[in-house]
Amino acid sequence: MARDVLTVQASTVASESATKPHTLSLVQKEHSGRRKIKMGREAPSQSQMSYTVEQLVAVNPYNPDILPDLENYVNEQVSSQTYSLNANLCLLRLYQFEPERMSTQIVSRILIKALMAMPAPDFSLCLFLIPERVQMDEQFKTLIVLSHYLETAKFCQFWDEAAKNRHILEVVPGFEQAIQEYAVHVLSLTYQKVSRSVVAEAINVEGVSLDKFIEQHVANSGWVVEGKGKLVSLPRNEFNHPELKRTSSAQSIPLDRITRIFPVLG
Amino acid sequence: MAEVERPPSAQVTNYPLKGQLTHTNTLHAIKIVALGTGSLSSSAVGTLICVKQAAMLAGGHDYEDGLQSSIDGGISYDPSFVPDPVKSFVVHLYRHIREKNVYEIHQMYETSFHTLSDRMFKDTPWPSVEAVAQYVDNDHVFCLLYREMWYRHLYARLSPTLKQRIDSWDNYCSLFQVVLHGVVNMQLPNQWLWDMVDEFVYQFQSFCQYRAKMKSKTEQDIVLLRQHDQAWNVYGVLNFLQALMEKSSIIQILEQEKEGLEQFTATDGYDYNGGSNVLKVLGYFSMVGLLRIHCLLGDYQTGLKCLLPIDISQQGVYTSVIGSHIATVYHYGFANLMLRRYVEAIREFNKILVYIYKTKQYHQKSPQYEQILKKNEQMYALLTICLSLCPQVNLVDEIVNSQLREKYGEKMLRMQRSDDESFALYDELFSYACPKFITPSAPSYDEPLVNYNQDAYRLQLKLFLYEVKQQQQLSVVRTFLKVYSTLSLEKLASYMEVDESTLRTILMAYKHKTHSVGADGKTISNADIDFYIDDDVVHVVEAKTPKLYGDYFLRQIVKLEAVIGDMDRVKLE
Repeated sequence: MARDVLTVQASTVASESATKPHTLSLVQKEHSGRRKIKMGREAPSQSQMSYTVEQLVAVNPYNPDILPDLENYVNEQVSSQTYSLNANLCLLRLYQFEPERMSTQIVSRILIKALMAMPAPDFSLCLFLIPERVQMDEQFKTLIVLSHYLETAKFCQFWDEAAKNRHILEVVPGFEQAIQEYAVHVLSLTYQKVSRSVVAEAINVEGVSLDKFIEQHVANSGWVVEGKGKLVSLPRNEFNHPELKRTSSAQSIPLDRITRIFPVLG
Repeated sequence: MAEVERPPSAQVTNYPLKGQLTHTNTLHAIKIVALGTGSLSSSAVGTLICVKQAAMLAGGHDYEDGLQSSIDGGISYDPSFVPDPVKSFVVHLYRHIREKNVYEIHQMYETSFHTLSDRMFKDTPWPSVEAVAQYVDNDHVFCLLYREMWYRHLYARLSPTLKQRIDSWDNYCSLFQVVLHGVVNMQLPNQWLWDMVDEFVYQFQSFCQYRAKMKSKTEQDIVLLRQHDQAWNVYGVLNFLQALMEKSSIIQILEQEKEGLEQFTATDGYDYNGGSNVLKVLGYFSMVGLLRIHCLLGDYQTGLKCLLPIDISQQGVYTSVIGSHIATVYHYGFANLMLRRYVEAIREFNKILVYIYKTKQYHQKSPQYEQILKKNEQMYALLTICLSLCPQVNLVDEIVNSQLREKYGEKMLRMQRSDDESFALYDELFSYACPKFITPSAPSYDEPLVNYNQDAYRLQLKLFLYEVKQQQQLSVVRTFLKVYSTLSLEKLASYMEVDESTLRTILMAYKHKTHSVGADGKTISNADIDFYIDDDVVHVVEAKTPKLYGDYFLRQIVKLEAVIGDMDRVKLE
C-alpha cells in the first residue's frame, strides 16, 4: 500500500517539474519547498516523518538520539528529490560531536544534495563542518573538485569530471537537472544574447536534446531564438540588464530624517 | 567600605603560579620585587628562578594544596581568610540583591568588585565561598552567584586547573538549574547577566582548547577527564542555552512586543511589575551565546538562524551592554563573511566601528576596555578582508574609511592583486581576526597524545583561502571593466592573455561570485562594476553611486540653525 502511494507521488512530482516555468534556479527551490508540503497533504504517512524531523531540528537539535532520524531523512530527501539544508547541517553537527558515528555514505549524499542547491553556498557550509582528514577521502576530494568547477563556471571541465564519476553521482536522482538549472541561472546573469554553442557547453546537451531543451525554455521561460537558430535571447532581468536596477533607496530620504529640520522650517 | 592598606614593602608572591610561569606573571613578580627593593637584586632574580622551577615541578596538582606551602615565607593564600572589605562587600551585595536595588548592585558588581580585585586579589583568588557563606545567611543562590564571580576572576587572573574547570561547570549547572526550575526572585543588572552567558561560552571554548592539548596531559588528568566526561560536554552547553531560551519564551515575547502586547526592550529587559528579569534576559543573551558557539563550530548558517529573533538594525537589549553589542555584531559580521554576504557584513561592521569610535572614551575606566579595543582592531581586519573581496567603499563611513586607510591601506592594495603575496595577507588578517574555533568532540584517550587544538582553525582558514583563490581572477576582470564601456570578447581575451572560452568562464564566474544568495533565497548583487554580454560583446555598466545630497543638506541645515541659535544667545555689551 505504502509503495503505491510513493509511486503515485513520484509521478505527480515528475509531471509538476516538467510544466514548471524555468526561470532562475532560486525560484525552483521555492517550488521544491512547496512540493514537499503538497506531498504532505496527499500522503500523511510519508510526510509525517518529514514534518517530525523538521520539528525535531527546530525544537530539539542538540540531541544525539535524533541522529538515526536525520540519517533516514537524508535518504528520504534523495529518493523524493526534496532538500532541507537545516536538517542536513544539524546532522553534520552531530557527526562533529560524535565522530565515531559518522557515515561517509550519508555525508556524500548530503554533499551532492548541497551541490545541487547551487548557486547557494550550501556546499561550503557543509564543508566547514567536516573534519579535514575526512575530506581527504577520495570521493569527497572528487566532490570538492566538482564544486570548484561549478563555482568558477568551468562547465566543460565539470561535465567531463562528472562523467568520470557517474557511479558516485547517480545515487542521487535529479543531479543533472539541478546542475543544468544552475548553469541556466549563471547564463541568465551574464548574457542578454548567447550563442547556442555556449548554452550547449554549459548544460552538456547537444543535437536534438538541445533543441528540445531550448524549445522548453522558449515555451516556459521567455527565451527567444534568433539569428537563424544560432542565438538565444534570454529574458530580461535586473542582472543581465543592470540599468534596470532601481537605485530608488538613494533617491528617497526617510521621513524620520526630515523631521529633524521641522523646527527649522517653523 | 573600609580600605585596606597595601603592605608597605611588596614581597615576591610566593605560591606556585599555576601551570606555566607565563611571561606576564614573571614580569609582574619582577615588578613587585623591584618596587620593594628599589632595584632587581641578583638574589631576587635567584628567588624568581626558584619560584619558576618550583612552579614547573608543581605542575598540575590542586591549587589549595600548593598554596599552603610557601617557598620563601611570604604572602600565601588562605581560602578561609575573609578580609574586612570582602566581608563588607558580600554583606552589602547580598542586601542589595534582596532589596532589588539594581543600580547599587551594578555599582558593586562593576566597580567595587574590580577595585577590590585589583587591590587585594591581583594574583590570588577571592576567599572561598564557604568562608563568606556565614555572612550571607548561607543563602544558596547568593553562594552560586558568588562562586560564579569567583571562577570568573580565577580565569581572568590565573590559570585554572582541570579540577577547577570541572567545578566551575558544576556551578553553572546548579545556577542555571535554579534559574530554569526555581522561582528566582531577583533583578540583576544586564551587565552581570550578559557576563554570565559570555563567561559560560568562554569557559566552554577554553575547555575545548585545553582538552585538545593532549601532549601535556598527565595520567591523573586523563583519569579525571574520563570520569567527568559530562563536564563542558558540548550537548550540555548547547542544551542549557537552548533551555534558557525556551523557558524564558523570549522569542514569543519579542514577537508580541512588535505588536505592542509586551514590554521588554522598552524597559531594557527589567521587570517593573515586581517580577524577575533574570530568566528573560538570560534567555535573550543565550541567543547571542548560541550564535557565538555555532561560529566556533563552523556552522554559520545555524548561528545566524539563532540570532534571527533579534533585529540588529534596531536598538535592543543587546545594545544595552557594550560587550554584548560588540559580540553580537562581530559574530554576525563574521558569519556573513563566511557565507559570502559581503555587503551585509560591511554594513554591520561599519555601523559598529562608527559607534565604538564615538563612544569608546566613555569606557576607558571600565574593565572591558581592553576587550573593546581588541575587538575593534579585529573588526577592522575583517572589514579589510570584506572590502578586498567586494570593493564597495561607498558603504563605509568617512570616519571608518580614514581609520581603515591608516591601519590597512597599504595591505588592502596588495590584497587586491591576485598573487601569492596577497594570499599571505589574507591568511594573516583572517588568523588575527577569526574566532578561536574549537573541536567539540572529546579525544580518544587511548590514542597517542597529540595536540589537536589547532585543527578546527586550520580547516576554517583553509576553506576561506580556497574561496579567496576562486575569486582571484575577479580583480583582474575588474581592472579592465573599469576602463572600458564596451569591449569585444576577443579583445578582452587578448588583453588578459587567455583564450575566448576561458574568458567566458571567467566572466560567468565573476557574475556568480558577485551575486550572492540572500537569506530569503533571492539573488543580490554585490558588484560595484557590472556588465552583460551581448553574444560576443561585453557592455559595462557602472553602478553609479548617487550623490547623497539630501542627507548632506539636512545635516548642514541643522548645523546652521544651531550656530544661529548660539549667536542669538550671545549678549553684546
